Amino acid sequence: MEQTKTYLSETVNALKPSGIRRFFDLAAGIEGVISLGVGEPDFVTSWSVREAAILSLEQGYTSYTANAGLLELREEISAYMEKGFHVTYSPKKEIIVTVGASQALDIALRAIIDAGDEVIVIEPCFVSYAPLVALAGGKPVTVQTKKENDFKITAEELEQAITNRTKAVILCSPNNPTGTMLNRHDLEEIAAVAKKHDLLILSDEIYAELSYDEKFVSLAAIEGMRERTILISGFSKGFAMTGWRLGFVCAPEEITQAMLKIHQYAIMCAPTMAQYAAVEALKNGQEDVIAMRKDYRRRRNYFVQSLNEIGLDCHIPGGAFYAFPSIQSTGLTSEQFAERLLLEEKVAVVPGDVFGESGQGHIRCSYASSMEQLQEAVKRMKRFVERI
Amino acid sequence: MKLTEIELEIVEVLEKNARIPVEDLAKMVNLSVQETEMLIKKLEESNVIVQYSSIVDWSKIAGQEGVTAMIDVKVTPKRGVGFDEIAERIYRFKEVKALYLMSGAYDLSVVIEGKTMNEVANFVSQKLSTLDSVISTTTHFILKKYKHDGTIFEQNDDDKRIVVAP
Ligand SMILES: Cc1ncc(COP(=O)(O)O)c(C=O)c1O
Repeated sequence: MEQTKTYLSETVNALKPSGIRRFFDLAAGIEGVISLGVGEPDFVTSWSVREAAILSLEQGYTSYTANAGLLELREEISAYMEKGFHVTYSPKKEIIVTVGASQALDIALRAIIDAGDEVIVIEPCFVSYAPLVALAGGKPVTVQTKKENDFKITAEELEQAITNRTKAVILCSPNNPTGTMLNRHDLEEIAAVAKKHDLLILSDEIYAELSYDEKFVSLAAIEGMRERTILISGFSKGFAMTGWRLGFVCAPEEITQAMLKIHQYAIMCAPTMAQYAAVEALKNGQEDVIAMRKDYRRRRNYFVQSLNEIGLDCHIPGGAFYAFPSIQSTGLTSEQFAERLLLEEKVAVVPGDVFGESGQGHIRCSYASSMEQLQEAVKRMKRFVERI
Repeated sequence: MKLTEIELEIVEVLEKNARIPVEDLAKMVNLSVQETEMLIKKLEESNVIVQYSSIVDWSKIAGQEGVTAMIDVKVTPKRGVGFDEIAERIYRFKEVKALYLMSGAYDLSVVIEGKTMNEVANFVSQKLSTLDSVISTTTHFILKKYKHDGTIFEQNDDDKRIVVAP
């Protein structure tokens, strides 16, 4: 038969299928898998938050909200950001409630990119960044970080990637998949480069609540950075609300209003029920966040030490809920390791190269699993590593 | 007694799972096994950790279902010892699983476990109400335990997440 013409856009055709997808298909068919492959909390959303959503339904709050989100929620977000992270954003002009941090990333990129603009993506990183840049018509320029530097980007590495088309950098701390958290000093270094080259930074702070050793510092709180930062965060990770699809973005008024234009045409508003839940999360959920953070921290300590003991060299991740050990000692590639571990010992992890070239030789293990599951996973991984 | 941050962590972990291997607990709190053992010993000796026990759902064991009652007891306190003396007389009975001094309409809340309702009734009428200081008792039988000591008995807590996600 003759090949019919494709209706798909070149941009979409050029997008690579996510490596995670392939692994998901492989793992989904196997019984009794312990999954360390999930990028979301194992906690169920706090009951008080779920109950607030149920109440909103009972009371009939089932219509659209303002495009930017319930004002009450934006006010809570503003207060939360100021109290927790020392950044000040006007609820009426500088905050938009979005469909997850994912949509915040999308509108931020679409608001700033002209065809051919370059956006620097620091790998290993969350799998959506480069495709979202491409979909917005931009050119993702990837920069690789090194394990020797705990996967932190250095000022020189960043500067080398900058051209006269560079518009922005996407930064993520604490990081998915490496767990690396940037401290004030690291951020100041990056800020200096951004100022020198007049760049905007999209700061993905979705894991801000999950930092374990040092207090999290927001990029927007660094001297002179507020006006060149789009701060992206949300409820998925810290508040264990992934399925609610709720996040937010804070930026200077001009950028926020531009993002709001896209948001109002493409989405109208974030889900109303989820917004009511988020109001409750911000009003009364802090205690649960602290309890979850303590729990993750203990699991991290246990899991990372155990990985090192079984011979998988792992730096101590300062935040998020991922360990990113090196598997080079086994002589396998990330893909081989993950595939064999899944088939032979039924533990699902994600090959590190899915998150970028520099993730090769590593695997991402999420320790957002019960201690019992982690203990069993360590046992199986030990057996596996000893055998190969 | 004031506990350090790490001692508090140890208590929190053990309260949820007393059977966790000390090697794993040590890793969780970033201490050596010996250090962790020493701290646990200290917590036990100072009676912060009073005992290790299991939460058992007796209703699942045929022939062992048993009954639990909560009894509101009004008493006359005694000069000099207040409620302590009568409380001690009551909690020494092995049938008494818990005893609390309460504010409000009555004084002592007594939790009794027995094999049958009759057994509990006999205990109340023969042992408890006959004590000198006891003025009155009101017995409430527990029909079903949904949650006990922070543990939900019938919980559907399957992991509902997909296996691999970004
Ligand atoms: C770094 C990072 N950014 C953004 C997201 C998306 O989060 P949301 O659920 O808020 O869309 C994730 C989720 O995995 C993530 O890891």
